[in-house]
Order: sequence, then C-alpha cells, then structure tokens
Amino acid sequence: MPSIAKPIATHPSLQRNELGLTIRDYEGAMSTLCAGCGHDSITAALVRALWEISVQPHMIAKLSGIGCSSKTPTYFVNGAHGFNSAHGRMPPIATGANAANRELIYIGISGDGDSLSIGLGHMCHAIRRNVKLVYVIENNGVYGLTKGQFSASADIGTKSKKGEKNRMAPIDPVMLGLSLGATFIARSFSGDKDQLVPILKAAIAHRGFALLDVISPCVTFNDHDGSTKSYLYTRQHELKAIEADFVPPASEILAHIGKNGAVSVTMHDGSAILFKGVPANYDPTDREKVIAYLEEHQGKGEVVTGLLYVDESVPDMHEMNHSPDVPLIRVPYQKLCPGSAVLDKLQEDFR
Amino acid sequence: MRARVNDFAIKLANVNGTGSASANGLMMQAIFRMGIPVSGKNLFPSNIQGLPTWYEIRVNKDGYTARSLDYDLMVAMNSQTYARDIREVHEGGYLLYDSSWPLDPALVRDDVNFLGVPYAQLCNENFRDPRERILMKNIAYAGTLCAVLNADMDIVAGLLDEKYSTKKALRESNLRALRLGYDYARDHFQCPLPFHLETMNANSDKILIDGNTAIALGCVYAGATVAAWYPITPSTSAMDAFKMFCEKYRKDPETGKSNYMILQAEDELAAIGMVIGAAWNGARAFTSTAGPGISLMNELLGLAYYAEIPAVVIDVQRVGPSTGMPTRTQQGDILECAYASHGDTRHILLFPANPAECFELAPKAFDLAERFQTPVFILTDLDIGMNDWVVPRLQWNESYQPDRGRVLSAEDLEKIAKFQRYTNEDENQVAARTLPGVHPKGSFFTRGSGHNKYGGYTEMPDEYREVMDRLARKHKASAKFVPTPIIQRRAGANFGVITLGGCDLAVREALDRLAEQGVLADFMRVRGFPFDETVQSFLEMHYFCFVIEQNRDAQLRSLLTLETRVPKEKLRSILVYGGFPLSAKHVVDGILKALGEVEKPALASFVPMPELQIEE
Repeated sequence: MPSIAKPIATHPSLQRNELGLTIRDYEGAMSTLCAGCGHDSITAALVRALWEISVQPHMIAKLSGIGCSSKTPTYFVNGAHGFNSAHGRMPPIATGANAANRELIYIGISGDGDSLSIGLGHMCHAIRRNVKLVYVIENNGVYGLTKGQFSASADIGTKSKKGEKNRMAPIDPVMLGLSLGATFIARSFSGDKDQLVPILKAAIAHRGFALLDVISPCVTFNDHDGSTKSYLYTRQHELKAIEADFVPPASEILAHIGKNGAVSVTMHDGSAILFKGVPANYDPTDREKVIAYLEEHQGKGEVVTGLLYVDESVPDMHEMNHSPDVPLIRVPYQKLCPGSAVLDKLQEDFR
Repeated sequence: MRARVNDFAIKLANVNGTGSASANGLMMQAIFRMGIPVSGKNLFPSNIQGLPTWYEIRVNKDGYTARSLDYDLMVAMNSQTYARDIREVHEGGYLLYDSSWPLDPALVRDDVNFLGVPYAQLCNENFRDPRERILMKNIAYAGTLCAVLNADMDIVAGLLDEKYSTKKALRESNLRALRLGYDYARDHFQCPLPFHLETMNANSDKILIDGNTAIALGCVYAGATVAAWYPITPSTSAMDAFKMFCEKYRKDPETGKSNYMILQAEDELAAIGMVIGAAWNGARAFTSTAGPGISLMNELLGLAYYAEIPAVVIDVQRVGPSTGMPTRTQQGDILECAYASHGDTRHILLFPANPAECFELAPKAFDLAERFQTPVFILTDLDIGMNDWVVPRLQWNESYQPDRGRVLSAEDLEKIAKFQRYTNEDENQVAARTLPGVHPKGSFFTRGSGHNKYGGYTEMPDEYREVMDRLARKHKASAKFVPTPIIQRRAGANFGVITLGGCDLAVREALDRLAEQGVLADFMRVRGFPFDETVQSFLEMHYFCFVIEQNRDAQLRSLLTLETRVPKEKLRSILVYGGFPLSAKHVVDGILKALGEVEKPALASFVPMPELQIEE
C-alpha cells in the first residue's frame, strides 16, 4: 500500500512466504489517497492476506470501477494484472475475465457509489452467478472524488460535512447479499486488520462470490460529528459478532475444534474457517438465523462485523456451466472449430 | 394473361400467432427444393398474437430475388388488413380468400380475379380440436397454392414428413389439410394459374439460411468461446443459434464439458463488459445486439477502444430511434457504430450483404479485433438476420488459423528486459499485448483513464496525445485489412451507384433494369470501414454517385464525405427507411426521378439536389 516511499532494497530479516517472497513483493505504487484514508488500511490488509497465502503475484487479477476505492488496485501487488475499468462496470468485466480464465485469483475493489448506485445491478447479478471473485466494497457512505455527496449507503439521519441530513434509507450490501443468495458475506472495519486479514484469506478460498462490506471512513468528507461512517462512530458502535480464523488446507484443523461455541466450515478447496466465540443463537451457515441476528443488532444501532455467512454448497459460474477444468483460453482451436466436413454435413439441414 | 414461368411474386396476409409462419416457410422451402431462385420476406409485428403479419415470396428464374412490390397473387387471410391488401394486387392479378363468409362487396375489384376457398368451413368439418382448426387453415391454403402455382406435391409432402418425423399425428393432420386445400383448388379453379412454378436446377449448390444462424455458425468456426448478450429483437436468434451449435459441436468429446460459455447478462452494459473482460484474458468473445443495445454499450466501447482490447459486436439493425420498430429493418446504426462512445473514437465496421457473408465475415471480425486490439462491429440487419435467404453453400478453409494479433508468449517475455504495454508498435501501429497469468514480466495495468505509452496514468497533454495519435493512425492502417468493396463496372456508365449491406440484391437488379433503358451506372458495395483506397478511387472516377441506403439521414453518405476526400456535392442520396426491405423499384424510381430533374445535357455537369426520399 505504502503511503510512504520505501527503499528498493529489502532487509534480509524480512519474513518470506512459501514462494520465498517478502511482503514487499505484494505492495504496489504509492497511494495518492488522503492521509488517514480507510482505503489504505484495506489495501494493507490485502497485501498481508495475499502474501500470507503465498499467491504468485502474476496469477492475481485486480479489477475495479471508478472512485477513490477503485484507485487502490494500483497500490497493491505491483506484479498482478490490473484493470481499472468504468464506473460500476467492474462486475461484468470480472465475470467475463473469469469466464475466459478460471485459474486466476480475482480481486474486485469497489466502493459504495460504484456498487450500490451506478453498478448495483451488476453487483447483484455477479452474486447470482456466483462468480469466483473476492468483492470488496470500501464503504464510506460518501462520494469522495466529487467532494462529499451522500452515497446510497448513507444512514438515515447521518449528516454531511456541510450539515445536510440524509433522509433516505440506506442500501445495506450485507442484507442485500443475503436476499440475493450470496454465498459468502462479511462485514469489517478498515481499522481492524486483525479481523480483516483472515476474512480476506477465507474469501479467496471461497468457492464462489465473496462479498466483503468494509466500513472505511473518509477522513476528508465523512469523519465528522453526525457521520455514521466515521472512525469514532464505527469504533463506538462496532459489534464484533464473530471471530473467524482461516486455516489453509495443509494445516492441522482438529486442534482448534472443541472450543466452546466454535463452528468449523470446510471450504471447497479443503481449507477451513473456524468461527470462534460465536453467539448462542448464531450459525454462520444458517441464513435465516443470520438475518434474524443482524436485524436484531442493527436495530439497536450496532454495526455487526465479522464473517457473517458462508455457504460452500453452491456451485460457481464455471461449475454451473460445466466448463472444462482448464481455462477456456487454453482449449486448443482444433477443439473449437468443427471443421469443413462437419460444415458440409450440417448444411443438409439448410436444404 | 401470358404464361409466366418462375417469375412472379405473392404476398400472404395473416394474423400473427396463428401458425401461418410455418405454412409460409413451407411454401418457400418447397420452391427452393424445386431448384428455383426464391426469396421470402417476413414482415412481422412486434407482438406475440393478434396483429397483422405479411409474408412475401418472390420467385425469379434469373435470380432477382430482392423484394418485389409487384404482387401477382395476394393470399388474404386477415380481415383486419383486407382493404389495404386488395389494393396491392396488380391489375389482372389474383386474390385468394376464405369464402366461408361472404366477401364485402365494397372490397371487390373488377380488375382482380378472386379465388374463394371456404377454409374455415373445410377445417371445421375435418378437424375436431379448435386449435387445430385454426392452425390447419394455413396448411390448407398452402395446399391451394401448390395447386394454383404448380408446386411439386411430393416435395411439399416430403417436407412435412421431415418436419413431423417424430410426431405422427401432426404429420397426418398436416397432410390431410394440405390435401383439402389442394383438392378444392383442383376441383374449382383452372390450375395452374398463368404464372406458376416449374422445376429448375438452380439450387443444387445452395442452402436456405438466415443471417443470424449463419453468423452464429461463423462465430463457432472462428473459435469464439465466450458470448455475452441481452435478449433483443432482431438479434436474439443469433445467440439462440450459437447456443444450439455449441451444444452440438462444442461439448468436449472426451469429458463432455462445455468448451464455451454463454452469459445472459443483466443488460447490454454488462454484456459488452463481459466481452471486454474475456478478451482482456485472451478469449475470442462477442456479443450480439441491436441499436438500443449499442446505445447502452457506448460507454464501454470507448474503454475497449482506448485501452486497446478486442471485442466483436454483432449489430442486427432494426428501426430506430429509441425503441422504434423492433421488427422492421433499417441501416440506421452506421454512424452510431463508427464513432461509438464519448471522446475521439473510431471503430472498424463490416457490412455483410447476406447470410453467406455473415458466415464469412464473422471469423474476419475476430481476426481484425485481435490484430488491431479494438472493437469490431458486424452490421447486419433484420432482413438479413431473420429472413431465410438462398445463398451458395458455406465453405470452410481448413487451413484457417485464428489471427491472434500481437500477443507475447511466456518465451517472448522471458527474452525481453521489460514489458511496456503501448510501445514498440508495428507498421500497423499495433503494440504487443500480454495476457494475465502468462508470465510475471507481462503484468501491466489496464485503464480507461489517461495513460501514456507505458500504460501508466497520466494527465500530461503530450503523453496523452502520443497515445491518441497512434490510435488514429492504427484505425487508418486497418483500412487495408477490412474487406474491399465489390465493384461492378458497366461499359459506358456515366455515374456510380454506392450501397451497402442488404441493399445489394435490390440495387444490382435496379441497375440491370436501368441498363435495359439505356441508363448505365457502375456499382460499388462497400463492405467495411475505414474505407480503403478502392472506395476513394471509385468516388474519384465518377462525376457523381448515388448513395442508396436504408436510413433517413444518409449515414453512409455522411461517412463517405467525412472519411474520404470526396466533395459532398458529388453524392446524391436515395433513402428508403420505412422498415421494409428495399426493392429494385425504389432504386429505379429514385434514380430516374433524380435524373429527370436534371436537364439531359446537364448529366455531365450534375447539380446536387435535396435528399430524395422514396415513397414506400
């Protein structure tokens, strides 16, 4: 992410991942966002998560739309392929990209304007298709680049920097995702890297579309008194409902099980998520219970965070399509073209 | 009336949703199988059931099969349009109607021969199911047509056998209905009529196919693996056909897996986005749509142009603006596609004239899109896309290999020090690209925001212009690679006629007819944009040219004046844009009228006149 320039040389003591890469290998260009922007913290969490799970940088595709959040793919994993597209249109572009090559890891970075207004329909349909994509909404309730208009996630009663009060109901991506049949839903806070990193790792391992709503305060336009997306408000109202640990496939899982209230969910790739300290009436695999829990606590003004819901049973877009295991781009042309003999024969139907 | 063999036109007036389409298609196919040049034009409403629909069949032994407008026989099966339909029959022609009810005397014409067959009565007597009674009326009039037009009953019965090979009861009903209409005609009319069919052998190397099916087949052969679309008339059947062909020919023989993905998007914005995403990753990807879809795609077409990502867009044009008339044909998207998106953009366009060219130009579109890393449009229209055309059998060259353009492999990347996306352009101004996941050195950042030749973000005027200027040169360079125009010279011609796409047959027929009257013109059909030097020299060698197209605003003419050195005054438009396919009559009338407005000796010093809009 760096928001300060760092020397090219790395210190020999820097830790290396399974690929022998240091965390510096997962960083990107200097951020041009405002100092203290929540988005930079999310970028830092992404850098860490991607480094920890030891992904080849060039096997990552990072895509975004337009807005402050959408600038951030430049700030992580220089060695990844980036695509800064058009406002709200990242989900279809990521969908098409994934259709062509299912082997890459797709990270989609979006904001509340991008995802909840101009691109809302696209996000909904990417969820329905269960495209294997880590979809991060860097949610600050405000349009930053155009200087402070309310976004569709602004809460009723929240005040703009100029003192104007929002009267329209917000679109809550978590509840929306639940209603659309999203198969992985998390909410976190940019200021909480300890929570965010394991969620990101689990999202990458998820079978399909992973929706991450990350409250990310805008220090310039939405961090004042009366804002419900400020650092202070979020810290005061955050309810860390569920602690989740991501356990990669190779690790020993059994040791953690048996803890009071723990729930383990095995991911499609054999890895696991351990939910710890889960409240009594909460089951992250039971959609109805999750909805009831969220409604109860959100009604009290609490911002419930954590990995809220997982369903590993739903096939992703390629599984539904019966795609080959190899990416479509690697199916040789000889297999794609039926040839002249077939053409001659099939034309008998056009006589 | 003098006997006329294999040279006539009939029009069938029906109510849509009553099953007439299969009877009309049956007649057309039967004539095709008799080896006679034929065309069928379906003039249908944007509706499921109850509105007027027409079907026109033109038979012409010399191969003139554009729309006729001169009807020898009207099959009047729709009382709603009866008054209008009867007016369209030419003097001495025939009208076939359902005589189960008396004819309104106000509608009778003395100069037309009336053939009444009590279809409703016959079907009520012979069929018990109410739905069947309605459906079988259509097959019954087809039976009458067989009798009065001398169609080969064995061929028609054979077609019904093929169609209902697995539905014995339906086959039996259809054959019975066919016989009812046929026998009634033989018993009551003098068969055949003076104009009628006689078996020929003009179709042994031909097929009967619509453009949407042909273009879908072309996409399969081109190796397209990702298709994204949003349903829209009149392009829907293109994707339906692509799906049908993929299910047949793209299931992996060993694993049964789908070597393709068809994404039905939430809208056209998404459809083009998916195409761009897939092409960014190296797949051959396309979308099929119509004008309203192109309007929505404008935003991302600019992204593909500026970020240099291939995309193939099939635009089956219909009547605009706005919703317009979805089931009527037009060539109204030429300018929209040529310059789609905000800012300075220019695209490559291909204009097939018939289904055979749809098939041929589909792989060409993918080759051009990948060679020039840019969107390529195939502009067909409803007439080409949805009507069955008799065209030469499609050929496939086994030596064809997709032109993937300049894409660096892992080995290429291994050898170079550093990859910079928009540098080292070739003679066509194309820089090499990389595909994600191939090699660590290939990574770069694709963006629709201002970028320099290294792909980096910029807001600097010189860096921005450097890239934009190369894009302009690249578009120009593609002129040499788009299909060259079809030109037909005529000795002694004193002007040129320019057209495109589905106007082809009508215009060529018109020029033959004009030549019979001593009016001689050279012919050019443009097949692609940007225009190559052939187009330029055709314009230069003629003192003036007519430009014939199907839109109100003379879009091809505008494009020619904008993109060649031709003076605007040299081009005179003939515009037919009411929504039905072009007829040679429109063109002949238009050219004669325009020439008549000029004093004879002035032909050599032609004075431009206002746009000519032809009454339809």
